[in-house]
Amino acid sequence: MGVIMGIISSLPGALSQGVLWGIMALGVYITYKILDIADLTVDGSFALGGSVCAMCIVGGMHPMLAILVAIIAGCIAGAVTGILHAVFDIPAILAGILTQLGLYSINLRIMGRSNTPLLKQETIVDKLAGLLPNMKNSYTTLIIGILAVVIVILVSYWFFGTEVGSEIRATGNNEAMVKALGGNTRLMKALGLAISNGLVALSGALVCQSQGYADVNSGQGAIVTGLAAIVIGNVLLGWGKSFGMKMISVITGSVIYRIVIAIVMQAGWVDTSDTKLFSAILVAIALAVPVLIERHRNRPQVEE
Amino acid sequence: MLELKNVKKTFNRGSINEKRALSGVNLKLEPGDFVTVIGGNGAGKSTMLNMIAGVYPIDSGAVIIDGKNVTLQPDYKRAAYLGRVFQDPMMGTAADMEIEENLAMAYRRGKRRGLGWGILKQEKKIYHEALQMLELGLEERMSSKVGLLSGGQRQALTLLMATLQKPKVLLLDEHTAALDPKTAAKVLKLTQELVKKNHLTTLMITHNMKDAIRLGNRLIMMHEGNIIYDIKGEEKRQLKVSDLLAKFEEASNGEFANDRMMLS
Repeated sequence: MGVIMGIISSLPGALSQGVLWGIMALGVYITYKILDIADLTVDGSFALGGSVCAMCIVGGMHPMLAILVAIIAGCIAGAVTGILHAVFDIPAILAGILTQLGLYSINLRIMGRSNTPLLKQETIVDKLAGLLPNMKNSYTTLIIGILAVVIVILVSYWFFGTEVGSEIRATGNNEAMVKALGGNTRLMKALGLAISNGLVALSGALVCQSQGYADVNSGQGAIVTGLAAIVIGNVLLGWGKSFGMKMISVITGSVIYRIVIAIVMQAGWVDTSDTKLFSAILVAIALAVPVLIERHRNRPQVEE
Repeated sequence: MLELKNVKKTFNRGSINEKRALSGVNLKLEPGDFVTVIGGNGAGKSTMLNMIAGVYPIDSGAVIIDGKNVTLQPDYKRAAYLGRVFQDPMMGTAADMEIEENLAMAYRRGKRRGLGWGILKQEKKIYHEALQMLELGLEERMSSKVGLLSGGQRQALTLLMATLQKPKVLLLDEHTAALDPKTAAKVLKLTQELVKKNHLTTLMITHNMKDAIRLGNRLIMMHEGNIIYDIKGEEKRQLKVSDLLAKFEEASNGEFANDRMMLS
């Protein structure tokens, strides 16, 4: 009984964390699905978003403004990967690893240490809690997360419908065509990477404010978490073909992922230290299964 | 309209795979010229088109389109002047995007893209009308994904996209070679119609000698990176496949008997 109660009591927290991390997964979706690039900058830019946000708040900045600064920092990080990849033709995965590695030192520089607590400072969660005094902290976080997700989806929906947005989508789809139609594919890739990492940093900033601290290691494995959200979302809501539906499926995937993690942790099946292995196996299976199904479907029909 | 001045290109220079693809090509197209290009494998036909389009930089020489020297411009900038259709039907369109989205991007060829809506209501009428010309019924399924179309349909669409904004030069790189004969004939007919309707200056590579003779007002033959034969007007109209074969024989000292040219 205790286990089930534990699971139930952990659900609101898992739900709100799932939504906040979902924004990071949307960033991964832009690079992985739209641009067809596996961008490893994510791990670094997530922590960057947290570090920048935390230091801005410690420095007395309004927490909303701190989020904005974090987004800009994330965009710059993404642009660096974009330039390494698109201008200097460094393979995307390596370009992302280089930026990620560099960001680790940069994040330590920004904070001056590996961890920045926000104990006395007011975060947006505290601000909203002030307005809704009777609400549990995890629900306040959930409201903020849902608001942020709605804004991100609306803005993305608009942006990827514009001329530039269409060009980014087409670049991920058929580079030769975009060039033949006068599109600058290098610029589009850099732009896509910048936007993606801006979203990742936004997610990092929100998670930092909801947890009350920033940590230089907070982004470790973020790319895998993001991919997990995308694959889970695709399994559950893959029938939705519209762009808006795809984005909702990613957020749903992220929430389900957090709930699954919460359940296995509460049930005591795995330790906190095992979650990364659990995520890695989950994503590996999710990526391998479609390949195996396809291979099985295309197997030769051998006659005796 | 288009001028190539002593254009040279060698691939993999300095390695054992060194390959001289163009050895000083000179070519001048007048407005409205429809030039068919023939030649064996490795003659430099595709390289010539790619050099015009700016896919790779040239080693030396000059590429002049409509009086502008574009030699140093990257491909996406030259795209403002050029309509292109590739041999691979998959290359000219974005499979995961809708038919009308593809057309909307082609409609913006050579224009600045901003944060305006990617496809406007009034444009859809233009696309609807343009698609009718293909007689494939695509105008009734403008919001279908291009990936659902057949190779022939995609090639017809690419052709339409290449001419939606009138290009200074239309570049066709064996654009019917990957299609079955019936579809190829249809796409060729459409090519003729579009070229005639828009008075397009056209450069078309083909492996089919009959098509090369039948279409256009001028024919050039390439061999080992050179233009070895250039014929137009009345003289071209009198041309027979046997004449071209003889020319080939002469140029390649009889080696070309193995070439796939023989098959078409």
